[in-house]
Amino acid sequence: MNTLTRRKLIRTGLAATAGATGFVVATKLAERYGLIPPDSGGIYGPGETLTYAAQRVWTRHSLAREFSPSQISTRPFANEVDALGNEFQHLQQAGFADWRLAVEGMVAHPASFSLAELRSFPRRSHITMIQCEEGWSYIAEWTGVQLSHILGLVGALPEVRYVVYRSIQPDWWESIDMADALHPQTLVTYGMNGAELPVPFGGPLRMRVPRQLGYKSVKYITRLTVTDNVKQFGKGLGSASPEGGYAWYAGI
Amino acid sequence: MKLRRYRLHQWRATVKTLQMAETLRPRHSLLVRATHWLITIAFLALLVTGLEIVVSHPRFYWGETGSVNTPPLFKIPVPSSRKMVPTGYGYVLPDENGWSRYLHFQSAWVLVLTGLLYAGVGFFNGHFRRNLLPTLYEVSPKRLAISIAQHLRFERPGAEEAWSYNVLQRLAYLVVIFVLSPMIIWTGLAMSPSFVSAFPAAVNILGGQQSARTLHFFLTGAVVLFLLVHVFMVFLAGFRNRMRAMITGRADPVERV
Repeated sequence: MNTLTRRKLIRTGLAATAGATGFVVATKLAERYGLIPPDSGGIYGPGETLTYAAQRVWTRHSLAREFSPSQISTRPFANEVDALGNEFQHLQQAGFADWRLAVEGMVAHPASFSLAELRSFPRRSHITMIQCEEGWSYIAEWTGVQLSHILGLVGALPEVRYVVYRSIQPDWWESIDMADALHPQTLVTYGMNGAELPVPFGGPLRMRVPRQLGYKSVKYITRLTVTDNVKQFGKGLGSASPEGGYAWYAGI
Repeated sequence: MKLRRYRLHQWRATVKTLQMAETLRPRHSLLVRATHWLITIAFLALLVTGLEIVVSHPRFYWGETGSVNTPPLFKIPVPSSRKMVPTGYGYVLPDENGWSRYLHFQSAWVLVLTGLLYAGVGFFNGHFRRNLLPTLYEVSPKRLAISIAQHLRFERPGAEEAWSYNVLQRLAYLVVIFVLSPMIIWTGLAMSPSFVSAFPAAVNILGGQQSARTLHFFLTGAVVLFLLVHVFMVFLAGFRNRMRAMITGRADPVERV
């Protein structure tokens, strides 16, 4: 019954060749269309790549769900952060008047913005959910300036592919691709629920990426680096999260 | 008289040929066996990593949102891997969410792709119609009652079941394949902020993101219940024979009617 016939052998050979060719072609296409995440190596690379590629094919321009003011959580939860250092406390004592957001990398005009300057830019608000990878969530109104507006101001070069952003907290940095960086709901946030962004929630300045989990919304941001290659940062996995064992892409 | 005897002989020959053909045919096709074990591995990985993720917030809510600042629908009385979650235990478990989440989604891909292959081929080659769809006669209240009674008495299945499924078995498999699995995948996707940005109805229909998470948990419970009964029934029916049938495809011909 299980005799190996010539026909079977030819059929299996053709199927294997077609499969291998298909895989190579798919990989080339995925690379060309930016569907490979920076943490695509390792044993969890295949799943991570499938997730990121599928999300980028289906959700490149989709908008995160927005909610009505009545749905804003009355008791939002601020997750724990490492103790804020001396530098932060000095800035806080001065009312964050000297807080600056530096923008550098592959831009025509590197710049550094004060909070007052950021507040003078076109203001955007949205009522969106922030979801932690742990499982909890809350809804709040977030106010700030679109990251795309800042990228326009500094003249990000056409070939850029990622924006790296850093917290004043050491070793806390993330990056997002241009689909999220240029997304209209991605805000450099300084306000929450109609007031200044409280410190436990990331004040004075927090990156809000509403289509991804909370850990991509880094608190206390001070520096943006625009780049075409995220491999040159840290261990080359895209952000601090994969270095700590967490996925780079957190839109899941 | 002569003609009748001839016909009887013909009938016996046909039956014998059919029996021989069935002994050659595997009990489970190669596709069923391969997908069965791939899905088993993927499900166990999903279960372990899923529980690991739950431990970082062993509280469940209904609606869109929920956190330690809001009352839960219910809590699981286990320690947590986060010190911000009040559990009543004096210690915090290590954080294993990183690899758990990576493996959870990778296993989900294995399960979904294998499941699609199984379902696609199953529709195409009549596997579902032939092997899983019960007949109208079988789902009559009387036949169902008999089958339920047999199960409740823990009766060892008859020899004919070595080559077929009983009605409760068929219904259980159909529910797992066509109700629980799609629902568990759907509620999982409904928790993804990016997925629901493109398909908001996926979460809105369920009543919110936290509702999706709670449903995902209960659906997992239902599949685990099925798994326990399934494994128990395999032991009851004869572990060696059933395992051999699902691994090599061969069933004991002696058991044939």
